[in-house]
Amino acid sequence: MDELLRRYGPTLTGAFLLLTAFWLLMLVILPNVTLFEASFRPYLPVVDVGGPKDFYSLGNYLKFFSNSTDTSILGMNVPLPIHLKIFFGTIYYSTMVTVITFVMAYPLAFYLAKVVTPKSLPTLFLLLFVPMWVSEVLRAFAWWLILAYKGPLNAILQGLGILDDPVRWIAGYRAIIIGLVYTYVLFMVFPIYNAIQSLDTNQIEAAQDLGSPWWRTHWRVILPHAKPGIASGSVMVFMLAAGSLLVPALLGSATSLWFTQTIQQWMLEAQDWNTGAAYAFLFLILCTCFVSLIMWLFKVQLTDIAK
Amino acid sequence: MDDKMRRTLYHIYMGLFLVYLLVPLALMGGAAFNDSKLPSVYPWKGLTNRWFVELWNDDTMWTSFANTILVALAVVVMAVPIGTAAAILVNSISGRVRSVLYGVMVAPVLAPGAVIGISTILFWNKLNVPVGLHLSVMGQVSYIAAFVMLMVLARLQSFDLNLEEAALDLGATHGQVMRRILLPHLYPAIGAGAAIAFFQSIENFNITLFTRGRSQTLTVYVFSKVRSGVTPSINALALLLIIATLSAALLYEVRRRRLAGIEAAREAEARRAEEAGVL
Repeated sequence: MDELLRRYGPTLTGAFLLLTAFWLLMLVILPNVTLFEASFRPYLPVVDVGGPKDFYSLGNYLKFFSNSTDTSILGMNVPLPIHLKIFFGTIYYSTMVTVITFVMAYPLAFYLAKVVTPKSLPTLFLLLFVPMWVSEVLRAFAWWLILAYKGPLNAILQGLGILDDPVRWIAGYRAIIIGLVYTYVLFMVFPIYNAIQSLDTNQIEAAQDLGSPWWRTHWRVILPHAKPGIASGSVMVFMLAAGSLLVPALLGSATSLWFTQTIQQWMLEAQDWNTGAAYAFLFLILCTCFVSLIMWLFKVQLTDIAK
Repeated sequence: MDDKMRRTLYHIYMGLFLVYLLVPLALMGGAAFNDSKLPSVYPWKGLTNRWFVELWNDDTMWTSFANTILVALAVVVMAVPIGTAAAILVNSISGRVRSVLYGVMVAPVLAPGAVIGISTILFWNKLNVPVGLHLSVMGQVSYIAAFVMLMVLARLQSFDLNLEEAALDLGATHGQVMRRILLPHLYPAIGAGAAIAFFQSIENFNITLFTRGRSQTLTVYVFSKVRSGVTPSINALALLLIIATLSAALLYEVRRRRLAGIEAAREAEARRAEEAGVL
């Protein structure tokens, strides 16, 4: 701090501090504190706010466990609260999206880092970046068109004789998964590419010279080296997928709700901001747990992920 | 499997991946020219420009467009100074305080947009600020400032502090040190940060949806159109947006290559000068 004062004087240092404080306090910390506090208050008409009915309780969180429906888990019918079911569904399908994007991204990242000639890299990157710069809503819309009942995908598959009857793709969770994978796969490619790129090519050649088959070279040399990249890619993709509202809303159906959609229902349709806050807070906890779990599993730091 | 075959397989995979990425966008853009009430390239009913005309005459689209640009400019105006100041601050401290501060700054990047949006409206509601696009700006800045901070911080790593020392020793004021020495060094990062902030803001959906009140931005407009009866005019809009982003990306790439060329020429010059000196 003295260093800053000496270099830039009190006025500029004060401005730096003020700007940073405004950001962290007014835009990050205090809003989250408000969210936490509001989540324990009941939803009341304006006149009752601050009155005798306005006390702290866990009521909003308990709504999470109401409205049980019978759900079949491993062949057994278990009564499961509907929101809890959506919550776990979101985690399950987001994990699936993360795994699929990894399987798709790893060969590509390796190709970009070690196979392709460096000369063609800028052009390839430009081509890869195009969809990333196109807005998420348009990418979801593109798949909405492709997967339509009378859309091009069914027409092609029928034309090739693979399908006899058109398939209703936008049903259940499958269109959501297709859309999420398309939208976020590049967030897996670039971190893994960065990690593999920093691996000395001599190490790969040494493994090959010593007689290691290609799959063992990947398993023992390249994958371990790519670990930080895989971790940050997984965190990014999982968070983006679980937090997505657009893709599930456009490519989902009535039977495939995403947890962000239940939050949206409380906030914008029921106008019950307090229960919405409780659900949002639960969601935040979930995300924090997931990031911590990945960081622990892969033994990486937050500073490695957010680069 | 020998090496050559593996390479071929990799090339094929790369090609397929590009097809996978780009074909959906091409199909979406192509449907803008199809003379069919449904937005699709199949079945093809003939070439038309009526969807572009319909888009042009859509007042809601123009309002949404203007709102999007206004919000994005406001986000840039706020996020760039905040991110730069925060980077300078973080760069000047070390140890535990630094890592805590860094963690708090980076966390909003990972936080789900819905949570940011909700906490923003709840907090400003307490201060009696109603919902609207101004809150969208606040919510977006909370994580976009982190992108600017990260870029400026990376640039600061290559800054030679001795330059500032020298300037101070030679009697420069604090303002001059900032304006003439530090900022010129940071300009590339600040410029890139501003561009990222602008595009991130245009793209944003989650935070905007919760904070916007009754106003519309382009993403919200497209979203509500798709849900409530879509016509190919949305495809026309999509195509125009893709063309705009493509041109921006190409412009950036051309500029980058030119700068890289100048840099390489300079290095070669320096090498020649050095060799001449040795001789």
